[in-house]
Amino acid sequence: MHATETLPPPLLALAGFSKSFAGFTALDRVDFTLRAGEIHALLGENGAGKSTLIKAMTGVVARDAGTMKLDGVAITPRSAQDALAAGIATVYQEVNLAPNLSVAQNLFLGRQPTRFGLVREGEMRRRARALLSEFGLSIDVAAPLESYSVAIQHIVAIARAVDQSARVLILDEPTASLDAHEVEVLFAVMRQLSARGIGIVFVTHFLDQVYAICDRITVLRNGRLAGSAPVEELPRLDLVRLMLGRELSEATSRRPPVIEGEARADIATFRGVGKAGTIAPFDLSLRAGHVVGLAGLLGSGRTETVRLVFGVDPADCGAAEVGGRAVTIGSPREAMALGFGYCPEERKTEGIVAELTVRENIALALQARRGALSPLSRREQDALAARFIGLLDIRPPDPERPVGLLSGGNQQKVLLARWLATAPRLLILDEPTRGIDVGAHAEIIGLIRDLCREGMALLVVSSELEELVTYADEVVVLRDRAHVARLSGAQIEVSTILATIAQAPACADAA
Amino acid sequence: MALRLPRIGTSQIVALGLILVANWIVSPQFFDIRLQDGRLFGSLIDVFNRGAPVALLSIGMVLVIAMRGIDLSVGAVMAICGAIAASLADSHSLPVVLAAALGAGLLCGLWNGLLVAVLGIQPIVATLILMVAGRGIAQLITEGRIVTFTSPDLAFLGGGSVLGLPTPVVLTLGMMALTLLLVRGTALGLMIEATGGNPRASALAGIGTRLITVAVYMWSGLCAALAGIVASADILGADANNAGLWLELDAILAVVIGGTSLFGGRFSILLAVVGAFIIQAMNTGILLSGFPPETNLVVKAVVVLAVLLAQSPRLGGHLAGLGVLFKRSKSGGRRS
Repeated sequence: MHATETLPPPLLALAGFSKSFAGFTALDRVDFTLRAGEIHALLGENGAGKSTLIKAMTGVVARDAGTMKLDGVAITPRSAQDALAAGIATVYQEVNLAPNLSVAQNLFLGRQPTRFGLVREGEMRRRARALLSEFGLSIDVAAPLESYSVAIQHIVAIARAVDQSARVLILDEPTASLDAHEVEVLFAVMRQLSARGIGIVFVTHFLDQVYAICDRITVLRNGRLAGSAPVEELPRLDLVRLMLGRELSEATSRRPPVIEGEARADIATFRGVGKAGTIAPFDLSLRAGHVVGLAGLLGSGRTETVRLVFGVDPADCGAAEVGGRAVTIGSPREAMALGFGYCPEERKTEGIVAELTVRENIALALQARRGALSPLSRREQDALAARFIGLLDIRPPDPERPVGLLSGGNQQKVLLARWLATAPRLLILDEPTRGIDVGAHAEIIGLIRDLCREGMALLVVSSELEELVTYADEVVVLRDRAHVARLSGAQIEVSTILATIAQAPACADAA
Repeated sequence: MALRLPRIGTSQIVALGLILVANWIVSPQFFDIRLQDGRLFGSLIDVFNRGAPVALLSIGMVLVIAMRGIDLSVGAVMAICGAIAASLADSHSLPVVLAAALGAGLLCGLWNGLLVAVLGIQPIVATLILMVAGRGIAQLITEGRIVTFTSPDLAFLGGGSVLGLPTPVVLTLGMMALTLLLVRGTALGLMIEATGGNPRASALAGIGTRLITVAVYMWSGLCAALAGIVASADILGADANNAGLWLELDAILAVVIGGTSLFGGRFSILLAVVGAFIIQAMNTGILLSGFPPETNLVVKAVVVLAVLLAQSPRLGGHLAGLGVLFKRSKSGGRRS
């Protein structure tokens, strides 16, 4: 920090950025500083506030509070075009170009060179070739963009952005769908831009890439600034801790003692189950009254694991056994028939049906299992809704309210109620406390403990390691789409989990 | 709670009422109904009789639209099934004629459903295929001619009456009752609304969304077949070129007037049928008024716009208390 004095003033400085959506704080007084020529990693788990921060600084959403200075001049972009005009360009993971137009047309769309109002096609191609050759790319610029790989499409998008006099370039997960060689090509372009003095904000969830190219790291967590440091001052373990853990001092084990010697019935056993390209084969044993936690970074294969267990993406190898019988789980319906339930991470897109009422959302899974021809009567539905609204303290306690109007925590409770109504033997919870307020966190954790006591088997994915260690009987650690460690008993501590996650793969750098 | 107005429906019923009153103003004998040979006659009865085919189509269409789909083929399916019914009417008994025509409708629906649910083709494209091909198929059945028939059994379905009501009206009411029983008497309605509202969430909750999709398109085909039979029975023949022409658009309009969103989810069969009769009441009113029929289209557009505006949650917020009560906009929460 003491070195700041000697450096030139920052290219882009954000201070005290805040943004709330319908009572949920997505950004809470976040500061962010970007220097000219710097490649700055912006990291955080899902829901940490990365996208909101990017949207707020490019004017896609209006910030509630905070100041923003570009080259010392206060600006407040009102739209992405506004931000671009000011010199801040964004390239998203899904390239925002027209795939059916040619590369040249994409580069100059909306600002084509014209003569007498007619587009000068030849001049446009010449300029396109010149522009791309700066990035070491010599391709046929008359071919449609979609005929090229995603990496080239990204470079075209970047070239377009930079050519529109961008000073700040925001790359939102550009490498998510690239292979190793393509990543190198992209990195070469990034280094070149950095040498020209362009400041780059790089959002990714691949830590290796952060250490390969970035100068500085800023980590967000739950909408707050968790930390910001030059990359050499932030070794891998500290980085993971910033992303996942609050303070290590809190991490002392608060687990309830494991009741030893108690025979627990096997609910489901998976041996060598996996899916090529999605998750490496793993073993998993789920027992009554037992909570298995899945820990790892975003994209490490946690959600992929539970989707396999629930049959959303059927496995292509291995064997599953439920209640002592060999089974194949090919669809959610088959999983439900075996007594499984699944609360997905993407609550809005995969969980709730927003316009249906709380009552209907709660009844949905039970009704699906009974089949359309034996409907739950209105009285049964009312009783079901009343029972779970009371049991889970769903607010407001109005069963006829469309569930889309409830807060995130209450939507999560409605989802839990939907599955509890089916009386599952195994309940899978993917990030049950994501994006909900702190009070509801405690309630949901209390609920997990209660369910476990009643003999349900639970499989819980969570980024909240402090929470996970308080209820898990066993923690499976995932990295790079594989289960890499299984911790139990005294091993279940935040520090151990963090260390296991942070272990660099043997071939990669040791940070 | 007890005082809560119907969530939806007020604006449609008011609109139908206003149009009927307007019809009465331009034609004072509009509400005159007389009984002749055991059948009711009058302009009002005529509205329901003429509106029956679109009302039948809208019963199937509302389910398809509630599933985030659309069925453009219903007009062509009407032509196919009308052609089958007319061609068989004089040589076969009525049950055989009906079974053949309704079966053809179900098959058409099965085809649409498989294209959408199994091959994953966008509904508008999938049903466009049959919309185009269907009229050709109907022409093949009639061998390019206008087929006429004399069977009184089939003619009864178009021109007869039951308890004084024209048969098409009775068939429409019967089909509506049967559909309501099937959809609201079972959990199918909830499953359709859930799937239309959020298909991924519904599949994860264990709903067999594919099967329901196929079933819904088949039901739409069945409704279209019945509409085709009624249309053929009415003119004692089948005109493959013109039977049901553009009626798919009227049916979609009826569903939208009935308050079902093209984005799927909540639906109302009853209001879709009301929507179909709103459209027909306008047609009849313009004919009665003596205006050139060409004005019909413009007037229709204005009335439709008015009904849709009255349903808009944003406007509903401003006009809360004027009948269109949208609790959601009053409480300030808008779905993200």
